[in-house]
Amino acid sequence: MATKDAPVNNPMLDPVTGEYRVIAPGHTFKSVTEKVSRIVLTSHTPLGWWFGFVLAGGFVCMLLTAVTWLFLKGVGIWAITMPVAWGFAIINFVWWIGIGHAGTLISAILLLFKQGWRNSINRFAEAMTIFAVVCAGMFPLIHVGRPWLGYWLFPYPSTMNYWPQFRSPLLWDVFAVSTYATISVVFWYMGMIPDLGTLRDRSTSRLGQFVYGLLSVGWRGSVRHWVRYETASLLLAGLATPLVLSVHSVISLDFSVALLPGWHTTIFPPYFVAGAIYSGFAMVLTLAIPIRKFYHLEDLITIRHIDNMAKVMLATGLIVAYGYSTEVFMSWYSASHWEYFMMWNRMFGAMGWSYWVLITCNIALPQLMWLRKFRVNVGLMFLMSLIVNTGMWFERFVIVVTSLTRDYLPSSWGTYRATKWDYMTFAGTLGLFTFLFFLFVRFLPMIPMSELRLMLPQAKVREKHEPLPEAGD
Amino acid sequence: MPLPEGLYGVMAEFESPTDLVIAAKAAYGAGYRRMDCYTPYPVEEAAEAIGFHRDEVSMVCLLGGLMGLAAMFALETWISVWAYPLNIAGRPYYSWPAFVVPAYEWTILWSGLSAAFGMLALNGLPKPYHPVFNAPNFRNGASSDKFFLCLESTDPRFDAAEARSFLEAQRPLSVVEVEY
Repeated sequence: MATKDAPVNNPMLDPVTGEYRVIAPGHTFKSVTEKVSRIVLTSHTPLGWWFGFVLAGGFVCMLLTAVTWLFLKGVGIWAITMPVAWGFAIINFVWWIGIGHAGTLISAILLLFKQGWRNSINRFAEAMTIFAVVCAGMFPLIHVGRPWLGYWLFPYPSTMNYWPQFRSPLLWDVFAVSTYATISVVFWYMGMIPDLGTLRDRSTSRLGQFVYGLLSVGWRGSVRHWVRYETASLLLAGLATPLVLSVHSVISLDFSVALLPGWHTTIFPPYFVAGAIYSGFAMVLTLAIPIRKFYHLEDLITIRHIDNMAKVMLATGLIVAYGYSTEVFMSWYSASHWEYFMMWNRMFGAMGWSYWVLITCNIALPQLMWLRKFRVNVGLMFLMSLIVNTGMWFERFVIVVTSLTRDYLPSSWGTYRATKWDYMTFAGTLGLFTFLFFLFVRFLPMIPMSELRLMLPQAKVREKHEPLPEAGD
Repeated sequence: MPLPEGLYGVMAEFESPTDLVIAAKAAYGAGYRRMDCYTPYPVEEAAEAIGFHRDEVSMVCLLGGLMGLAAMFALETWISVWAYPLNIAGRPYYSWPAFVVPAYEWTILWSGLSAAFGMLALNGLPKPYHPVFNAPNFRNGASSDKFFLCLESTDPRFDAAEARSFLEAQRPLSVVEVEY
């Protein structure tokens, strides 16, 4: 791929702005349709897909094993004890749900800001959101000890005649996360309906025609339908924007409403949201870079996308850095003995190494993204996305573990060391996420064809007739 | 209900959105009203050309959102004040600031569901069968790279031969008759 010193005649560079193009030149309505639908409709599944699918499936089996053992034995098989009563379950919950945020940001907020480049990546970013929320939602559910009674969280008329307690952030979470999951699925599916219609029309197998026919609800592309569809998409985008900001804010309230040093702070909601977007964009890159290579989608997911996502990561990473420095400042400025000790313990205590891992991964190394040469290097960006995701995991680890193991009373201090079941469950959710993603890229259109068509220059309506097509372009 | 039979309409296929919009404007100008355009991506100009300006999705969405807000806030108040009053650290039973968060989430939940399902309902979907799919060239083009204008036989102004000759004058790729 080209670097900054590329020759002027590089077709991927816009001659006017010198920027990388969002979509390679020379594409037509037919060629983008072909390119995207062929991935799904081919009868020849690539061998690499099978390899990844089976590997991810192995991890899903591991997850099932870990969860089965958990249900048989109870949460005691995890490392959670007093004082660390949540441990990996909440770390992973917050980490996964944060990853989900980038999907909604790309599909909703960037739509409202008319950022056209989002079009080729929004579908799989939304899919990523849903699968991340699936992984996230599992943790509180299996952590409650008796997950078969999880429905007690919802207000329903029960024979025991009791109702949930609405002053608790944990209950707010139930509504925030369930709303988030529902709206994400609806937004994702609605956006896919026209593309499912395309697949229905292009599929050559009876089964494909039947299934895509059902899923496309008979979409026929009537302009009246399109107008309502566009209004609904815009409304959903407008609704998903405050939703996504509220979800991670509510999750941060789980911490900040508690009186624990290191948790009880007002900076949490904005800094959690920025961190969520940061890790989410990293995950989009982790997924997009191998996929564009494997399915030869460099025309549609270009260096421009990678460059732009790197810039968003850089910006949100700096907000996160601001959050960390505010925490440090406040622990000094509060003049509270407990806050001061918390920060000292976080940096130099028994688990101090985790704080420095977090600073290195989330703040120090990402500064390399200031360099354009770095941002347009696909391999390095892939590496960076993994680093940021590791850093964000450690952020949650630091917040949960260092604060809980050293609270007010030294007599209640403890330590935390995850067991193999903790690690198996976490690795298992990574497998589940990948497994669902493999299914998605194989059976559903991962790039929105209707939105790509709209981005092509020939999609504009002109005042007068164009010259009749001759060369077939 | 007896199935309708006979001619559904006459449909022209166009190469570009510009050709479609010019033809649609001409058809509207010629007095046709019962017609529709079919495009592989949203072409707002075509909707305006056939006289479709306003949709009710926003209204449905607003009503849904207000319903969600009212329902959740009322539920929270009823539970916390009457059905199951709990003393949580001495806070008042009606501690409305805490109720805002779930009510806010339900506002979004219900307005989002109303927008999406309202859009489908107003569009008359799901509808797996529709006469336009009978046109031999429709499925190959309408969801990929071609633009269609269909003059429907229910229009009082409609006459099959006249509609065909009208469309043939609009530089189409082809004109076909669509049966029910």
